[in-house]
Parts: sequence; structure tokens; C-alpha cells
Amino acid sequence: MSGSKLQEILSQGKFAVTSECGPPRGANAEIIRKKGALLKGYVDAVNVTDNQTAIVRMSSIAACAHLIQMGIEPVMQMVTRDRNRIALQSDIMGAYSLGIRNILCLSGDHQTFGSHPEALNVWDIDSMHLIHTVKDMRDTGKDLSGYALDEPPKMFIGAAENPFADPFEFRVLRLAKKASAGTNFIQTQCIFDLARFKEWMHIAYEQGLTEQVHIMGGVTPLKSVGMAKYMASKVAGMTIPEAIIKRMAAVPKEKAIAEGIKICLETIQELREVKGVHGVHIMAIEAEGTVPEIVQSAGLYPRP
Amino acid sequence: MIVGQQKPLTEIKAEVAPFSKLLILGCGTCVKTCFAGGEDEVATLASSLRLAFKKDGGQITIEELTVERQCEDEFIKEAAAAIARNDAVLSLACGAGVQMVANRYAKSPVLPGVNTTFIGILEKQGLFTEKCLGCGDCVLDVFAGICPVSRCSKKLMNGPCGGSHGGKCEVNPDTDCAWQLIIDRSKDFGQLGRLSTYVPPKDWRTSNAGGPRKLVREDHII
Repeated sequence: MSGSKLQEILSQGKFAVTSECGPPRGANAEIIRKKGALLKGYVDAVNVTDNQTAIVRMSSIAACAHLIQMGIEPVMQMVTRDRNRIALQSDIMGAYSLGIRNILCLSGDHQTFGSHPEALNVWDIDSMHLIHTVKDMRDTGKDLSGYALDEPPKMFIGAAENPFADPFEFRVLRLAKKASAGTNFIQTQCIFDLARFKEWMHIAYEQGLTEQVHIMGGVTPLKSVGMAKYMASKVAGMTIPEAIIKRMAAVPKEKAIAEGIKICLETIQELREVKGVHGVHIMAIEAEGTVPEIVQSAGLYPRP
Repeated sequence: MIVGQQKPLTEIKAEVAPFSKLLILGCGTCVKTCFAGGEDEVATLASSLRLAFKKDGGQITIEELTVERQCEDEFIKEAAAAIARNDAVLSLACGAGVQMVANRYAKSPVLPGVNTTFIGILEKQGLFTEKCLGCGDCVLDVFAGICPVSRCSKKLMNGPCGGSHGGKCEVNPDTDCAWQLIIDRSKDFGQLGRLSTYVPPKDWRTSNAGGPRKLVREDHII
């Protein structure tokens, strides 16, 4: 046991709920505390993004530490875009020393999309390597060089998977690779295309992968038809069926948020019926305030 | 080949402005093939520069010369007299050629006229694409002949990432996703299963990360 509540919930076979909060573009910890306060008690753990979309923000580690002080369990997201294997391992140890027990291993969005397109990237190792590294540190007590660590970090290891990216037939194979690299839980890209998600899950289930990793379906409440269109066209690896865009377009502006939540709740209900789905990850982008309502209306409250 | 692109005229003009006698030195190998620094480009650039300075009322004399290869001492020896006659050299070679000339002719300022871009190929008429990063430890056998080090925007050894869409890279819709190509080619060989094997982190010591590289061939040392 790594001391992670998320691990405890998932390993007991309970349906887990996580959410997400993005750190501020600045040093104001109050922003992260406010977001944390909105989520506290309604989710089992809160992901803290790591300079998401390659925009410079307060570090994930620091923001996680603020959440821990509030009694909220964080999932530290870590991308391999900005740090080499030396810095990554160092930060994993530092994070553990601060009480962080969950990590989500990612490659990260390309820096050309972000606030510093002129920056040099790193990608010394990829997300698969990071998973392997965290697992080795935990299970063998050694760093990548083979050096035995004085109190190895024992993280509960997560990774992302995008069933909507191409090539589809390789997506389950890659999930299998992440599972054997040491992933304990998967949080997927936002699900709008349920048919494709179910197809992906079916193959994963048939291959026994849902016994190896806890798969949590990612959902996002849409706020407007504009957001739906933007995500469909501008966000890499995201598919939003035309029917959803039409639904968002059909409601008056002032009812868009409610409609977005309704779609989100319907998706959660469907996900709970899919074999092998062990939880839901609610990514309410800059709308953390809607999470309590979603969790309650979905019948997922109170949390264990 | 080494692919390069001539610098913009305004940048070149600013570089050479302090000198009144200039030698434009072309290179007849890689940069000639990619239309950046061969004999023809030397002639065109010389005319453009003369015109540009004339327009400003500036004084400059420009001499033109192209050698076979600027990265070999044997060929740049031929430029000795021309270099001695001028105040500065504008080399249209790749970065290796510029430094080779500077190394041999220590007293002459040697300026770059070309941006060295990548190791690549002429994919089709007018299109050059990057194929190699010179990492010093070729892995093309593992990836069905497609290099993820130079051709995947994230250098993924265990790709593809979530941004592969319709065979294209999320970074640029004009760029093929290297991992889609790796998967397609592996399928053609009936070797898709090989890609489920974990590829460990790359050892970057053989790349430029290990510091400037040197290749010693004992059998060729005289």
C-alpha cells in the first residue's frame, strides 16, 4: 500500500471519482485553495496539471502540497517534456517527501502550443519510461541508475490513454504496454464518443487488461456550443460527435451550462454500465464549481 | 544530405556591411543540391547584394568562388588566393564548412550565409524533409525503418501519443505522424507484434548530449 486513498478505493472495487484543477499563472496559492475547497469531499482525489497545454503555471508539486495541507489527496501530473530523467526522479522523491502518493505519468503537450513556443523541449524519456521508472523506484527501491534509495517513493501510478486518437487498432496495444510497464490506473481523454469508447473498452476487457489496470473514464461538462466546437476542431486527439454539438446548439445560451452537465451525467451513467470501468475522472475546465452538483446528481455522493 | 537554407538578404547585408571587399564562397556538394549555396546561388546572391548596396549608396566589391566541398581541407586550399584578396568571406556552406574555412584561414572573418537546417532528403521536387538527428545510435531496425528520434515531435520510443490524428502529427497537420508510419510499415512486414515490446530509454551519450563528438579511425591514421 502506498498510503493512497485512491488506491484503497479502487482496490476495494468501489467506483472512484477524481477531478482536476489547474494551478494559477502566478504565485497565488489562494487560487488553488479556492478550487480545492470547491472539490473537497466530493471526489476521492484531485489531479493537479503540470504546465498543461505548455503554458507556464505554478508547479504541480507545489500546488499538490497546498491541497495536502487542506486535507485533499492530490494526483500529481508529471510530463516528460520539461525535465530529464535526473530532474524527474528528483521531483518524484521530493513529491513523496511532501506527502504526494499518486502520480499521473504523461509525455505532455508540445511546447509550440503554449506560452513559450520558442523553448527547447526535453523528452529525454517518454511517458512509458516514466511509468517504468516510478514502478522501479517503488518496487525495487532503486533509481534508474540502479542506486538503492534511502526510503524509496511508493507512488500509486497512473497514466493517460486516448481511445479517440489514431491509429485505433494500436490504442489497446498501447494500453497493454502501459499496463505491463507498471500502470495501476488509467484516466482517459474526455469521452463524448461513447460508441468508440465502448469498442475500445470491449477489446481491453476481452484481453484481460481491465483486470490489470483500473480504467477511469474521463468526462468534461461542456459550457457552451463554442466550447464543443473548439474542442472538436482545435484540441488534438479529441472527437465530439455531431449530435452532441447539435444538442448544445439547440439550447438557449443561458441553459448551455445545464445542458452540458446533463450530457455529462448521461455519459457517467453509461460509463458505470461498461464492464471494466472502475471510476470517473471529471475534468471541469475552469468550472470546478460544477463538480459537486455532478457528483451528487450522478448518485456518487457521499464519497467513501 | 545536409539541408540548408540561405539567410534572408537583409540579414546577410547587415553581416557583411562592415567590409568593403567580400568573397562569397559557395560549396558544391549538399547545399548545392538543396539550392542554398552552390555556384548558381553564389552568383544570384552576389548580384542581389551589389544592387542592395548600390541602392543605399554603399561601396562593396564582391568576388565569387565555389569549391567542391568546404568541409574538406583539400578543396578549400583552392580558395587561399581569393580569401587573401578580400576583407571577409561569406560562406554559403553548412556550419561545418563555415568552421572548416575559418579554421584554415585564421586571419579572415568568415561569416555564415546559410542556416544549416537538418540531415534529410529531397522528398519531391522542392520539398526537403528531415530524416536523421545524428543521435549516434541508430534504432531504425526497431522501428521498421522510420526514425522516431528525428521524425516524432516528442521523440517517443513507445508512441504514438494521443495527438496522432488521421495519420498526421498534432504539432503540424502537414507532418506525417512517425508512429502511424512505423505501425503501417510494421504491419506490411507482419511485425506489428514487435511494437508491443517496451523500448527502454535511449542512451543519449552517443548524441550531442555527450558533448562535441569525435570519430577516430585508427586504421586510417597515417
